[in-house]
Amino acid sequence: MNSSASDSGLLDQKRLDVVRRQRLQDFLFHKVTLSFSLLVLAALAGILISLIITAWPAFKKFGLEFIWRIEWDIVNEEFGAAIAIFGTVVSSGIALLIAVPLSFGIALFLTETCPVWLRRPLGTAVELLAAVPSIIYGMFGLFIFAPLFAEYGQPAMQSTLGQMPLIGPLFGGAMNGIGILAAGLILAFMILPFIAAVMRDVFEIVPPILRESAYGVGCTTWEVVRYVVLPYTQQGVIGGIMLGLGRALGETMAVTFVIGNSQRISSSLFAPGSSIASTLANEFGEADDFHLSTLFALGFLLFVITFVVLAFAKILIIRTERAKGTKT
Amino acid sequence: MVSFKKFLTAAALACGVVTSAQAADITGAGATFPYPIYAKWAEEYKKVAKVGLNYQSIGSSGGIRQIRAKTVTFGGTDAPLSGADLEKDGMVQFPTVLGGVVPIVNLDGFKPGEMRLTGPVLAEIFMGSIAKWNDPKIVALNPSKKLPDQAITVVHRADGSGTTFIFTDYLNEVSKPWADKVGKGASVKWPAASSVGGKGNEGVAANVSRVKGSIGYVEFAYAKKNKIPHTQLENRNGLFIEPDDTTFAAAAANADWFSVPGMGISLVNQRGTKAWPITGATFVLMYKNPADKAASNEALKFFDWSFKNGKKMAEELDYVALPDSLIKAITERVWKDIAR
Repeated sequence: MNSSASDSGLLDQKRLDVVRRQRLQDFLFHKVTLSFSLLVLAALAGILISLIITAWPAFKKFGLEFIWRIEWDIVNEEFGAAIAIFGTVVSSGIALLIAVPLSFGIALFLTETCPVWLRRPLGTAVELLAAVPSIIYGMFGLFIFAPLFAEYGQPAMQSTLGQMPLIGPLFGGAMNGIGILAAGLILAFMILPFIAAVMRDVFEIVPPILRESAYGVGCTTWEVVRYVVLPYTQQGVIGGIMLGLGRALGETMAVTFVIGNSQRISSSLFAPGSSIASTLANEFGEADDFHLSTLFALGFLLFVITFVVLAFAKILIIRTERAKGTKT
Repeated sequence: MVSFKKFLTAAALACGVVTSAQAADITGAGATFPYPIYAKWAEEYKKVAKVGLNYQSIGSSGGIRQIRAKTVTFGGTDAPLSGADLEKDGMVQFPTVLGGVVPIVNLDGFKPGEMRLTGPVLAEIFMGSIAKWNDPKIVALNPSKKLPDQAITVVHRADGSGTTFIFTDYLNEVSKPWADKVGKGASVKWPAASSVGGKGNEGVAANVSRVKGSIGYVEFAYAKKNKIPHTQLENRNGLFIEPDDTTFAAAAANADWFSVPGMGISLVNQRGTKAWPITGATFVLMYKNPADKAASNEALKFFDWSFKNGKKMAEELDYVALPDSLIKAITERVWKDIAR
C-alpha cells in the first residue's frame, strides 16, 4: 500500500512537470504570436509616421486645400491632389461597376447552375486570372486592348451612349484608346477574379439544408439566391468587393500603362488622366525636395482613402448585422 | 558596436547598391539616357581590366540623391548641376556622351525626315495652340505635302526624364510663349488639351506609333529602332536639318564648355550650318575628395578607357562621342581637381 501511494505521488509529480512545461510552452507561444501581430501594427504605424514626416512640407505649404486643389505644375512647384484623386476614384469606380455584376454572375453560375464536371475547370480558370501579374495586364492593355478599343469600342460608345442626354459628354472627345475609361476596364478584369473567387467561396458555405428547403417550397433559382444565399453571405460578398476595390485603388503598373498620364481633369471618360499610384510611379525617379514631399503626401492620401474605404465597409457590415439582430 | 551600427545604417541606406555590387565593381547611379552606352562600355572594359560597373539607371534626380548620400562613386545626370551647387557639395561635373532628341510623327503620307517644322511651331503644337495638322503654319512649312484635317495628339514623357529636360530646354529657348507659360524641367505641366503621357522612351514611341495624327519626342536611337518618322527642324542658322550623329556633333562643335562652371552648358539651339537644334549631353558627378579614393580612381580609369576606346561603340548605339579636344580638356583640367 505504502509503495503504491508513493508511486501515485511520483506520478502526480511527473504529471505536474508535464503540465508546467505545457503551460510554459503555451505562455511562450502566446507571447511570440502576440509579438508577431504587434510587429504588423508597428510596421503600419511606422509607415504612417514616416509618410507624414516626409509629406509635411507639402501639407504645411498648401494645408488641407492640397486635397481639392486642381493643379500639378512641377516647374512652378504648384501642387494639388485633386487630379490624381479624381483619376483614382473614377477608374476604380468604373472597375467596380463592371466587375461586381460580372463576378456575381460568375459566382452564381459556378455554385448554383453549373454542371458539376465544369465547376472545377471554370473555377480554376477564374483563379488563374488572379495570378496574372499586373504588368501583363498593362502591356495587354496598351498594345492589344487600346488599339482595338480606339478602333471599335470607342466609336461605338460615342455613337450610342455619347448621344444620350446627361451622360453624353462622358463619351465625347478624342478616341485614343487610352484614358480613364480604358484604365477602369483593365482594372475591372484585374479585380474580377478576386471578387468572383470570394463570392463563390461564400456562396458555397450556405448550408445545403437552407438552400434545399427553399427549393423544396418551390422557389426559383433566382429567388433562392435573392432571399436565401445573398442575405446569408452578405458580409462575405461586401468583403470580396472591398478586397477588389482595395486592389483597384492601389494598382500601379497596369494603370500607368493605359490611363494616359496627363495631369488634367476632363469631363470625358475617354480623356487621359492620372491616378495617385501612376503619378507616384511616373515621377518618383526624377523628383527632388519639395516635389518629392508632395508625392509622399499623395501616398499618404492613398493610404487614407484605402483606410476610409475599408472602415466604411466594416461599418456597413456591422450595421446590417445589427439590423438583422445577429449582433447587438 | 558603434561601427557595426554605422555599418547597418549605411547598408540600409544603400540597400541594393551595397549588397548587389561586388567588392571591386565601380558603382554609379543616375540618368537613364546614357545607360545603354555605359553598359556597353562596361562590358568591354571588364574584358580588359577585370573590373565591372554597377550602374543603376534610376533617373537623374535619383543619381544626384545617391551621390549626395555617398552610396555610389559617381552620379549621372542629364540636367547639369549649377556651379554653386557643385561648389557646395564639393563635386566636379563633366560630360560623357552627346545625344539628340527628335520629334516623331505618325501621319499618313509622311516618311522619316519629310515633315519640316520650326522651333516656334513645334512649341505651339506642344502648347495646343496649333491643334490640327492642316494649320496654315504647318502647311506653310510643307508646301509640297497634303496635310489632313486631323486633330494633333501630343505625346510626352509621363515620367520625369532628362530627355524631357533637353526637349523643353529647347522649346524654352526658341519660344517666348512656352518660356512664359511652361518653362523647362525633367517633367513639366503639359498645356495641350490632347496630350497623352507615355512611360519611358518606349512608352512614347509605342503611343506615337499607335495613335494616328500624333507627335512626340524621343531619343534618336528609339526613333530609328522603331522606324517612326522623325521630322526635320530649322536650326538657328535658318536651315532645315535632319538628325543624325554628324548634326549632333556639329551642335557640340562650337560649344564653349568652360564658359559655365561645371561645364553645364546647354547645347540646344546652337549656331552652325549643320547643327541639330535639340542636342544634349549627359554628365557625371564625382567628389573632389572622395571617401574611397581607390573606388574613385577605378571610376576615372573606366571613363578614361571609355573615352579613348569607346567611340565606335557610342556610334553603334547612336550616341555621339566627345571630340578629342574636349576629352583632353576633361582629363587635364577637370580631373586634376579630384584627389587621387
